[in-house]
Amino acid sequence: MTLAVVGYYEEWWIQVLKAIVIFAVGLQLVPVVLLAERKLLGRFQARYGPNRVGPYGALQPLADILKLLTKEQFRPSTSVGFLFALAPLISIVTAVAAFALIPFGNVQNIFGTPVGLYGVDVSIGPLYLFAFGAIAFYGIMLGGWSSGSKYSFLGAMRGAAQLISYEVAQGLALVGVIMTAQTLSLTGIVEAQKGMWFIVPQLFGFLIFLTASFAETNRAPFDLTEADAELVGGYNTEYGGGRFASYYFAEYLNVLVVSGIVTTVFLGGWLLPFGIHPPGWVDPFVVLFKMALVTFLFIWVRATLPRLRYDQLMSFGWKVLLPLATLNVLVTAVLVVVTH
Amino acid sequence: MSEATPPAAPLPPGSPQLLPAPAGGVTVTAWNPGEDVVEVTRTPAPGAARSTWRTFAETLRGLKTTFGRLLERPVTVEYPEEKTPVYPRFRGRHKLHKFEDTGLEKCVGCSLCAAACPADCIRVVAAENTPEHRVSTGERYAAVYEINLSRCIFCGYCEVACPFDAITMGHDYELSDYDRTDLIFTKEMLLAEPLERTPLRNEGE
Repeated sequence: MTLAVVGYYEEWWIQVLKAIVIFAVGLQLVPVVLLAERKLLGRFQARYGPNRVGPYGALQPLADILKLLTKEQFRPSTSVGFLFALAPLISIVTAVAAFALIPFGNVQNIFGTPVGLYGVDVSIGPLYLFAFGAIAFYGIMLGGWSSGSKYSFLGAMRGAAQLISYEVAQGLALVGVIMTAQTLSLTGIVEAQKGMWFIVPQLFGFLIFLTASFAETNRAPFDLTEADAELVGGYNTEYGGGRFASYYFAEYLNVLVVSGIVTTVFLGGWLLPFGIHPPGWVDPFVVLFKMALVTFLFIWVRATLPRLRYDQLMSFGWKVLLPLATLNVLVTAVLVVVTH
Repeated sequence: MSEATPPAAPLPPGSPQLLPAPAGGVTVTAWNPGEDVVEVTRTPAPGAARSTWRTFAETLRGLKTTFGRLLERPVTVEYPEEKTPVYPRFRGRHKLHKFEDTGLEKCVGCSLCAAACPADCIRVVAAENTPEHRVSTGERYAAVYEINLSRCIFCGYCEVACPFDAITMGHDYELSDYDRTDLIFTKEMLLAEPLERTPLRNEGE
């Protein structure tokens, strides 16, 4: 029995090349998001944001990363060394692995070779995503626990509870889309949006997914895992230098991944409205543009909403988001049965 | 409730007796806060459908508010390039003055400023003017006039105490230095025409 089917195979050397390109593009996008967030947060608060390093502060992420990488590697004496080193690695590996899923375009002819503009097109797209999302929380949990610090531990515990609460709603929000598209492949989901993007029939699913995604990526207003004000940084309190950089990197890569998934699942991926069919090489840029819009939304919400209290987070997840997501699934199921 | 209470142990003699409960049990009445108590509107209980809707609507309102800030210009004064303007009566670094026509110093070395100074940061040593060597308009002049700006609290009492308006507070506020001794300003430094680096605030600003 096969667990999953891959939509389209290329030659092995194309796959290696593709992996490198996607990895490179993804890792180039992270500093851009980092800078965009700091600049935009500044403007949202009527200040400039970083504007000292390079033109308009454009080299700020570079300066940050250089600073972090040149720092000494250290760990608290109470920490569990092996896990302490492993945890940030888990975070960043899962983030990169999830990034492979985002389709930037369908299979294109590049110099006579058909190449799919995605890392991998599996028949279990969203399940793969949730699997890696769940593993990513091991990065946070192990990091917080193995630090041997109460703040980190509290952050990690919150992270665990948050994951359980919001992953359910997030998954259910996607079920509606999957039922409408009749496929679990992300390229298939995009193709199914030819007539109408899923944000229109699945508006509630979109809102629920977006809200749950804020929690899944530990972003404001659900950033209780970090909670700088009370937990001094939460799970990454004891981290510094390169390890902290990987946590930081993974967080922003996760934002990108979620933006990509929202783009793919709800915003029509590489499709353009009004029946415009651009040549294939435009597709990645369409996806990137839409991802930028979703990322902007992430930053915008961060600039707007205060952090939720812990019991509010729990009651919102279980009493509001989960029933709404379930209702959304039920209504969609009935509609799918009626219309098919 | 009263049935469940175990029978009280006999109290030792001499201990205060508990008052017996009023016959017929205690009647609980609703607490009346009085007429002058303002009733505060409470948010709906968490989880209620209305609170969800309200939270959503308020979130949208908040998003609108923050987006408005995005369209405005930042209010930041980019300090080293752009100086914070000061009011005309701002009390910055001191200035000593000369008469413009004769070029003689206004300070006559009376030490009233030093006497008025609460931080004791002014040091004046007076000397006699002679016809050959005339520095000020009075009988005497300040041979040494030093202000220790690391002690000065910029209260402006020296300016008020001065009978000849010889010392005034300028607008210069950029007074950091690498060495404390460099912050002792001598007469020559205080007399020198200061670099006017500080912009003035406009009317109504």
